[in-house]
Amino acid sequence: MKRAFKIIIITLLIIAVGALTVYFVSTHNIPVLEPKGLISVKERELIITSSLLMLIVVIPVLVLAVVFGWKYREGRGSKHAPDWEHNNIAECCWWGVPVVIIIILAVITWKTSHDLNPFKPIQNGTTPVKIQAVALDWKWLFIYPDQGIATVNYVQFPEKTPIDFVITADAPMNSFWIPQLGGQIYAMPAMTTSIHLLANETGEFEGRSANISGKGFAGMIFKAVASNKQDFQNWVQYVKSSGKELSWDIYTQLVEPSEYNDVEIYGKIEDQLFDQILIQYMPEGNKK
Amino acid sequence: MSLFGRLGEHALKHDWIEYAAGVSIVGGALVVIILITYLKKWGWLWREWFTSVDHKKIGIMYIVFSAIQLAKGLIDGLMMRAQQATASGDCMGYLGAEHFQQIFTAHGVTMIFFVGMGVVFGIINLVLPLQIGARDVAFPLLNSISFWLFAAGGLYIFISLVIGVFAGTGWTAYPPLAGLKYNPGVGVDYWLWSIQISGAGSLLSGINFLVTILKMRCPGMKLMRMPVFVWATLATVVLVIFAFPILTGTIGMLSTDRLLDTKIFTADYGGNPMMYINLIWAWGHPEVYILVLPAFGIFSEVVPVFSHKKLFGYTSMVWAIAVITFLSFIVWLHHFFTMGAGANVNAFFGIMTMVIAIPTGVKVFNWLFTMYRGKVTFTTPMLWFMGFIFIFVTGGMTGVMMAIPGIDFQVHNSLFLIAHFHSVIIGGVLFGFFSGYSYWFPKFTGFRLNEKLGKYAFWFWFVGFIVAFFPLYLLGFMGATRRMNHYPAGNGWQPLFIVASIGAFLILIGVLFQAAQLYKSIKERNQNKDTTGDPWNGRALEWSTASPPPFYNFAHLPEVHSRDAFWELKKSKKDIVKRKYEDIHMPKNSMVGVNIGILSCVMGFALVWHIFWLAAITFIGILIALIARLFVKETDYYVKAEEVEQIETRSRAT
Repeated sequence: MKRAFKIIIITLLIIAVGALTVYFVSTHNIPVLEPKGLISVKERELIITSSLLMLIVVIPVLVLAVVFGWKYREGRGSKHAPDWEHNNIAECCWWGVPVVIIIILAVITWKTSHDLNPFKPIQNGTTPVKIQAVALDWKWLFIYPDQGIATVNYVQFPEKTPIDFVITADAPMNSFWIPQLGGQIYAMPAMTTSIHLLANETGEFEGRSANISGKGFAGMIFKAVASNKQDFQNWVQYVKSSGKELSWDIYTQLVEPSEYNDVEIYGKIEDQLFDQILIQYMPEGNKK
Repeated sequence: MSLFGRLGEHALKHDWIEYAAGVSIVGGALVVIILITYLKKWGWLWREWFTSVDHKKIGIMYIVFSAIQLAKGLIDGLMMRAQQATASGDCMGYLGAEHFQQIFTAHGVTMIFFVGMGVVFGIINLVLPLQIGARDVAFPLLNSISFWLFAAGGLYIFISLVIGVFAGTGWTAYPPLAGLKYNPGVGVDYWLWSIQISGAGSLLSGINFLVTILKMRCPGMKLMRMPVFVWATLATVVLVIFAFPILTGTIGMLSTDRLLDTKIFTADYGGNPMMYINLIWAWGHPEVYILVLPAFGIFSEVVPVFSHKKLFGYTSMVWAIAVITFLSFIVWLHHFFTMGAGANVNAFFGIMTMVIAIPTGVKVFNWLFTMYRGKVTFTTPMLWFMGFIFIFVTGGMTGVMMAIPGIDFQVHNSLFLIAHFHSVIIGGVLFGFFSGYSYWFPKFTGFRLNEKLGKYAFWFWFVGFIVAFFPLYLLGFMGATRRMNHYPAGNGWQPLFIVASIGAFLILIGVLFQAAQLYKSIKERNQNKDTTGDPWNGRALEWSTASPPPFYNFAHLPEVHSRDAFWELKKSKKDIVKRKYEDIHMPKNSMVGVNIGILSCVMGFALVWHIFWLAAITFIGILIALIARLFVKETDYYVKAEEVEQIETRSRAT
């Protein structure tokens, strides 16, 4: 009686926890599982495929653990074979089945590593928008070299258009991540990396740094907005007319550490700003 | 440069929470010191413990030290959870960003280096020589030096709470953040010397145990007759010997960057931070297996004993360990797929990583089939094993997911990663240690641990773990990264952080039950005495001697004719032929180890604060201590046969 009571309580608890989890997931935004980008959709598919493949082994393990623990517990009087220590067929099974699963996963890994390589440009017939992202202490600077504008902690781009992010840092290493669109690549001083993303629809997404970079790290959050093409053009015009200029002098002030930086917009930028930021770190580049 | 380098009054300036921590540490140390003085135990401690070269006493000292560190690391974890449960939106939490960052860095360093490594070397020290039928390790004095270097390194975790600050860079301290430009203060230096000094101890231990296993096995114990725990240890120490020099070299270069401005890992002047990241993980990944392989070894001892059955697939087990050992050196890049190495490189390291899942899975199946057609008794050690299976298997599964670069891009450095590695480190390493702790406890104390409290502790740990860490998987998918002291309110993360802190609290209750268990077991030791030396009906040689074993372990060196040597001996029902006792050759105690430990600790402290004259003096002191030892002629002695006979008859009588 007592045991039955225990089992009922535990089952009810598990059901309650399950229900709460389902409720929580359905009422909250789970960016990685609710992707809005070309890359992040593929990344979610990969999460699902690989999980299912691995469950082929994981579920039997968990079931066996319970069943063996139950069936062969002391005092139940199941068959006892104290010297049974080897069986070729069984052992071939549990070397073999995982080997097959890992081979399948390996093929998937090889293909997707190339397909989802952040450096690989996206081609869909539209001209990509180029954005240079610079991680600073502790904010993100976005430079639009073709439009001649720049922003801080805010980035806007058209939907259904490949975005070529070229990334560096003028600060300790950070990691550039917009979970709902796909991720993630390090932002390192004196290096450039890139990531190519595409938003499938319009929307506002949160981006952040995923690598500890010092005191203000937690505030290195930016808003990423995918708008339709016309809105994007209007926005660029608006930024251009706002008048502030990001000269090298202003930039050297911007580089100074600051936390929870507000959004800033610059209608005009110093020529080759991104390259100059990089060149500071080269042996001959310290002149400026 | 002043006499005391950069050490000045400002080193003692803290906020009130840090003061509270400092006061409790200094106060706690004072209480212990006064208590020992009052009980007049200093001489006893010095003679019987600090200068001891007995592997059993050194093992116990490792575990006591690690238990203190575990308590400290757990408090760190609880403080982080309390911060993250509250610091959402307008509320900034009760910790400043820099203090929070020090806490998570210290938490990582404490748990990996001084809890993980401590319990691993503690258990190896205790069990390994007994399992191979040896009287001590190959180099007993070196063993003592290793321990004291390890302890010296661990002290900085506490010292930095009182004097100065600890690093806030994360436990792997990536440059340029950990370089002079962004972190000129003493925090990173404390981190450096803490790891450098204890790392030297670990390397020496590795060499010591390798030689012990290869040269000190008793007659008849061929390699393929060794208990699987010994195999696991062999693999572990091979990893230590190959991996720790990389660590020493890497942080050695980082310390020249910091002391001499050598610019090896700076972003400018041709330095290369990416090289550091590669090197630290070339050590760091094998390190993970250094921690978990001994746990696999422990389960391979526990499961057969409590299933009353032979270990299934011994040969498979040994090969699985060998494969894991080899592969663990060619997977390090999976810690930074996001650094941009390119598709081919990423894919190679990803595939190598998932290949490790095969031998690991084989081990799990072998343990489960050891239970098949056994008679399984669910004592505390076995419960920890069952808990391990559930948590480790889920942790392994998420590990393989992260081995796929395409998935890793989305979960790297997120809380998904945190949930994964806590699953394998708590579920694997700690649960393995707890299993071994309750299994071998009677062997080294002569009495059993209280089962009831042990089971309560297990259930609180197990449920607490699930509540504390499973929400983090979801938080990772929601875009929450690790190491945030604050986050915006709009993401809806706070409920999950609150659930996670409830889990952490449940784990704390589990730890309190463990403390209560130890207290109650000691109090009631006379009711739970193990007079046989074999309380569990064990299989390996450690159970063939008395509990606790005499300081020479075995009056007669055992002779082995098969695996499960003691089991087979019991089965054959042959009475042990009474042989004449002989003189036993044993090493003498030595204060070299503890002296070198103290000198190294002072030297590291001097280097942290740039007190170079003191560093030079202590360094010369270490050299003198070592050279002086070379002139000591009487390093060993013989226990007379009559004395052995006396001790043996006494232990039989009780």
